[in-house]
Amino acid sequence: MKFTYYPGCSLHGTSAPYDRSLRRVMTRLGVELEELEDWNCCGATMYMSVRETVALAVTARNLALAEAKGQPLVAPCSACYTTLLKTNRYLREVPHLRAQVDQALQEADLRYELSVRVRHPLDIIVNHIGVDTVARLATRRLDGLRIAPYYGCQIVRPEPSFDDPDWPTSMDDLFGALGAQSVYFPDRVRCCGGMLLTTYPEVGSELTGNILECAKRNGADVVVTTCPLCLMNLETLQKPAKGNGNGSGSIPILFFTQLLGLALGESAKDMDLHRSLLPLGERLTALAGA
Amino acid sequence: MTSNSENGELARPGELSAHESELRAAFLAEVEKIPGGDRIRRCIQCGTCSGSCPVSYAMDIQPRQLVAYFRAGDLESILRSRTIWICASCYACTVRCPSGIKVTDLIYGLKRMAMEGRIRSRSTPTSTLSSEFVRLVNRYGRSPEIELSVRYLLRRAPHRLVSQIPLGWRLIRKGRMPLRTHRVKGLAGLRRIIAKAEEMETSFPRKRLQPAAAIGYGAVSERLAVEEGVVT
Repeated sequence: MKFTYYPGCSLHGTSAPYDRSLRRVMTRLGVELEELEDWNCCGATMYMSVRETVALAVTARNLALAEAKGQPLVAPCSACYTTLLKTNRYLREVPHLRAQVDQALQEADLRYELSVRVRHPLDIIVNHIGVDTVARLATRRLDGLRIAPYYGCQIVRPEPSFDDPDWPTSMDDLFGALGAQSVYFPDRVRCCGGMLLTTYPEVGSELTGNILECAKRNGADVVVTTCPLCLMNLETLQKPAKGNGNGSGSIPILFFTQLLGLALGESAKDMDLHRSLLPLGERLTALAGA
Repeated sequence: MTSNSENGELARPGELSAHESELRAAFLAEVEKIPGGDRIRRCIQCGTCSGSCPVSYAMDIQPRQLVAYFRAGDLESILRSRTIWICASCYACTVRCPSGIKVTDLIYGLKRMAMEGRIRSRSTPTSTLSSEFVRLVNRYGRSPEIELSVRYLLRRAPHRLVSQIPLGWRLIRKGRMPLRTHRVKGLAGLRRIIAKAEEMETSFPRKRLQPAAAIGYGAVSERLAVEEGVVT
């Protein structure tokens, strides 16, 4: 099974552990990821706030490059995922935008025929490979681990996606099959504020804080997420532990692939757990060391 | 009540200032480009959008009110509002709207109108960050996350820059701060794509507004406040 891989800017930067753990997990699951040659930024939410046609053309360059590969495109970052899906829909449904983007792409001798299927790795793992297969391949049980599965916004909204926009369960199913227990976590798709932590910190910290509070109140050992920006916000809002403190009061945040990798027999080091900004806490440390 | 809205006084219901009419025309053209954008006409003012919005508590005009203000002929107040910059693109409103209105996409259109049309005399945190982001993506082809944050803070909140140093240090120690920015190889081609698309981009009315030119809800509530003695 082969897919074209679109890492996106964060996975080559502050979310390098997501990139590394995803690649290793996919190899374990028999999926080959071939990184898209010379991809550019998807434009995220911010390009769209300034320019529309240009934003679509910038995203479409990636889709045109991916089309030549003839395989589905995998985008792990929520913003990239939704931007790529949204561009596909806009180009399909608005003829004059498509005509404009076509003209723009021609400037670089590119053409996009709208055939690229964009998928999220969680979708591939849960719906293509299947939870049962993953559980069979697992070598380390996650028994006793209490997780808060945080999906965030853009992998389930606004595009019709592989899971429910209000109460997705893919990660619950996946980690449940591996022995972990999902705590009651109603904030699973509540917005973390995204860039608000930078632009309007008083609003952003309220939103991110609520999610952390919800996870802690319900007794989670770890928050597991799919989005680089969510992870960054959830990590940086928490104060680093003083001295060699055991992080009482803080809760570790991991990419879902980091935890999945552990279950599949990867070492804590290869899953970049040491690159987390927060202490891992007792249960996770015990599990990673086992 | 006079109908001389150009002098900053109230127009009669249904009467629009020249600039408001211009803004409306641009907004409706923008709405047409959004797939399903014309569903805005079907708004039933139920408030599901406002109730679903995680940041509505920090907005001056609620998402539901965006449509109400527009219908009342007061697009100008919307473009001056804090609301459009606070929206974090979580799309909760969009997936829940019973009339299928693409609220988040409409707000993107409003952001572009406000920025391009210089509706506000000052930039907002969101407009600064977004335009800085676009500049950097156009320069490198990719988004340099750290450079973006630093440039943003230098422009908007230099005092916060110092408090970010410990975080920067933590990221460096964890090997999560790339020190070199990657440029895409096909940068020249990407820039040609951008330049061509830029030629075709929608342009918005650019007139600088008179402060008291608003009619509709904003002006009515101001007037009521005066009449009721809340303000003088």
